[in-house]
Amino acid sequence: MADPRISIIDERMKEIDAIIAVSSGKGGVGKSLIASTLALSLAQKGYSVGLFDLDFTSPSTHAILGIGDERPTEKKGIVPPRVHGLKYMSITYYSHDLATPLRGADVSNALVELFSTTRWGKLSYLVLDMPPGIGDATLDAVRFIKNIEFLIVTTPSRLAFETVKKLVTLLRALRVSVLGVVENMRMNGSKTIQQETQKLGLKFLEEIPYDSMVEAAIGDPDMLLQTALADKVKHLCSTILETRASIRPEGQRGRKRKA
Amino acid sequence: MHEWALAEAVIKAASEIAEREGLKQVTRVTIRVGELQQVERAVLEFALSQLKTARFKNAKFDVETEKARLRCRVCGHTWVFCEKNLDQATLEAIHFVPEIAHAYVKCPNCASPDFEIEQGRGVWLQTVRGVK
Repeated sequence: MADPRISIIDERMKEIDAIIAVSSGKGGVGKSLIASTLALSLAQKGYSVGLFDLDFTSPSTHAILGIGDERPTEKKGIVPPRVHGLKYMSITYYSHDLATPLRGADVSNALVELFSTTRWGKLSYLVLDMPPGIGDATLDAVRFIKNIEFLIVTTPSRLAFETVKKLVTLLRALRVSVLGVVENMRMNGSKTIQQETQKLGLKFLEEIPYDSMVEAAIGDPDMLLQTALADKVKHLCSTILETRASIRPEGQRGRKRKA
Repeated sequence: MHEWALAEAVIKAASEIAEREGLKQVTRVTIRVGELQQVERAVLEFALSQLKTARFKNAKFDVETEKARLRCRVCGHTWVFCEKNLDQATLEAIHFVPEIAHAYVKCPNCASPDFEIEQGRGVWLQTVRGVK
């Protein structure tokens, strides 16, 4: 018996130029904040951007964006609403603030359901906010999304970086592209993570100092975009865009799908 | 109209199977739909009839619904999913993401949300028959 939903996932993603999974080995390193800020920064530059929260058991991007009554509409599938300029999708549209305990097979099933029924339409970038680690969501995202690229977030802690190494090992074994590593919540001038990243043969993309103003900006994307964290993420955004000259902002002619 | 997205998936997957098995004409497709999907059968059948390509011109689509059976991982109690106990908004949420049941349904014996969906989830292509 075949699961027909899997056959249509490619079709649903075919009008998306680039798909970036913001991932880490550990939780609490700032993935969701960086994923949300990156998506908002790309949209601010005129790109058509989607944000999909794939952390089904502990979603948080809805809180970062401060979403209100927005809900997906039904049109031959699920069409994500526009939230602060992003096409935004989250399981919280359906689970609200209830605890949703899901085991591995449930996570896979929910992911297949939403990948196969969500109609993103044309997007320059789809940013995926991944759950931490190398569990079902990570394995399924890699399995189902051909052009997926990973942006890895760590803190200065060697404990966080230990788990990053495992993530990188997995992604390499699966031949998945890694854009590079972002060090978040820096407290001093240590270069350890930068050196360790380079030892792994990966690009060290950005160092983001610990920003005590971020907490107050949760739920207010305009305020979030004015934080020191956002300044760094905007720089990261420019670095990512430099390597993707073929993807143009909306309204500019000649948008091409990445080969 | 979430059924439309599933119907598209069924046609695409059945076409791939027909192609692989060298079926020029598909005569019968059997689809099993888990009760938790909360799919409207008539809508799904209509969508299939609208989406079918030339290869499916004479195909009959049989849609079977599989009852949802749940088993509590804490106390072992098994029970059948009963939509009568749930309001419309909850049923709609389960319709879009069946696993959302874990947020709304509890074991009737011990109230645990940690249960296994033994059967009655997902969409399955059971058989694709045709003429070579």
